[in-house]
Amino acid sequence: MQQTLTRPVKAVRRAPAPHVARGRTHPMWFLLPAFAILFVFFFLPTLFNFVYAFTDWSSFKSEIRFAGVDNFAYLLSDGTLFSALRVTVIYATLVALFQNLFGFGLAVLLERDTWLNRAARLAFLVPVLMSALAVGYVFQALLKPDGSLNDLLSALTGQRVDVAWLGSTTWTLVLAAVIHAWKWMGLSMLIYLAGLKTIPEDVTEAARIDGATPWQAFWSVRFPLLAPAVTFNVATALLGSMNGFDIVQALTGGGPARSTEILNIFIYRTFGQGLFAQATAMSLVLFLMVALLAFPVIRVLRRREEIL
Amino acid sequence: MTVPVFGSAARRRAPSPVARGWAARLRPFAVVALVVPVMGVPLWLVVVTAGKSQGEALSPDLSLPSRWHLWENLAQVWQQGEVPMAFLGSLLVVAPSVVLVLTFGSMASWILARRASRPNAVLYALAISGIVLPPAVVTIVLLLRQLGLAGSPVGMIGVYVGIYLSTVIFFVTGFVRTVPVSLEEAARMDGAGPVRVFFSVILPLLRPVLATATILICLYVWNDVFYAFFVVGGRLDTLPLNLFQVANAGLYLNNWHLIFAYVILMSLPLLIVFAIAQRRIISGITGGAVK
Repeated sequence: MQQTLTRPVKAVRRAPAPHVARGRTHPMWFLLPAFAILFVFFFLPTLFNFVYAFTDWSSFKSEIRFAGVDNFAYLLSDGTLFSALRVTVIYATLVALFQNLFGFGLAVLLERDTWLNRAARLAFLVPVLMSALAVGYVFQALLKPDGSLNDLLSALTGQRVDVAWLGSTTWTLVLAAVIHAWKWMGLSMLIYLAGLKTIPEDVTEAARIDGATPWQAFWSVRFPLLAPAVTFNVATALLGSMNGFDIVQALTGGGPARSTEILNIFIYRTFGQGLFAQATAMSLVLFLMVALLAFPVIRVLRRREEIL
Repeated sequence: MTVPVFGSAARRRAPSPVARGWAARLRPFAVVALVVPVMGVPLWLVVVTAGKSQGEALSPDLSLPSRWHLWENLAQVWQQGEVPMAFLGSLLVVAPSVVLVLTFGSMASWILARRASRPNAVLYALAISGIVLPPAVVTIVLLLRQLGLAGSPVGMIGVYVGIYLSTVIFFVTGFVRTVPVSLEEAARMDGAGPVRVFFSVILPLLRPVLATATILICLYVWNDVFYAFFVVGGRLDTLPLNLFQVANAGLYLNNWHLIFAYVILMSLPLLIVFAIAQRRIISGITGGAVK
């Protein structure tokens, strides 16, 4: 129906569109405001990154001098560069994993439009609206050794539980990723729900008639059709967490023993100490890491969509 | 491209593709058993702690306050946290950022979608690169100083517009491609110039996708503390910045009742907007994302 309506329109469009007339009907100066702002506030600072990462810019000196790779050498020598990179990559991967597992699980659980499911969907959207900083503080209070989670566990098990949830150099990072996923899982859920609802009824119907069990019908027919939703969710979760700051800062401030210090917390801390060039060097590292990781991930996900 | 989410599409479908029987009957209980601990406990903690006196809130737990102090705490935070100024500061930054990013983004998207040429493909790739690439926060500070915009709302607005233009251009360009050119041509026949055509024909048609973008960008900018810290930290109050400074400061150390009262005050505006427009917001977010 829709196609028969739009096809002739497309045919008409192609015929009378000589290249010259476009300049009058779609003038290039419409691009100007957007690109001027992009240039000044986005590209220029990024270019500056490549320059000032190699200087001794700090709050202690008035002039800025070229310093070669000193900043990187320093960050490498005391191990912060690799530890911050490692922490950030682990954090981002875990967030992408958890956020999608939770979001997908919720979408499947709440797929039917009952009043209870609608209410539950709204409840899961509240953290999406809350500030990430606030979420971090809430969980800091919840996870204190004398906090509510231990109280609840004590009441359930009948014994005194006092786990220092935020005191482990290994597991606190995982917990931070779970909390990041908790904040954003409502959004992932919405997007998976939208994906599930775009799948036409006759596709699943056909699978059923061909003798597929509900389990098979779900995993081999409906799940592959969710590919665009998966791409969107994985990409936004990865990028959001690589750029993360608020939740971890409010939850642990980078501790214990800097085991949760993601790149942006490092940048924030060194900037606060007045070591601007070092912060810039780390900012450049973040830029390069995201550029190197994000584009292949998106390309792989996109290709998977095309195959399907 | 856009799919009405909770309305017609759902009704069209036959009862349910999922197994009926005991699994279906247990499902509502599973939903409740999940929502209560996962969402209920943290949100309950915020509300009861915000209602406690300082002594009771020293170690926040899930018990009810012996006497509710919610209003006193909110009032105290309102004054000490300079909420009115911070609220105005947030508004001063968020509103112009959103308006500008949507206007400039849509203008650029219209041209990028309609004039498909090789240089424009490069421009488009450049324009949307910001979705992926992180902004250079530290050197932005230096640049703003050189421009004389350090710490000013104008600088902050510029930074937000620069960061989120990519998202807008990405969403809107995809949408413009689905709008038939014939609609523009009709207006052009009547003698409308490009500015008229854009503002009175194209922009109204973009409403669904602009709604999606508005919601997402409001969410990001309203709650942002990281970029605000670098650009306007200490010079201009915004709600998240004040929460951050206040929670770090000695004044609020272990004063959980005040931190959580602030959290409530700060989340209220978005929650109210959401409560009023939840249907449209939900279909807006989902409509734009999955094509």
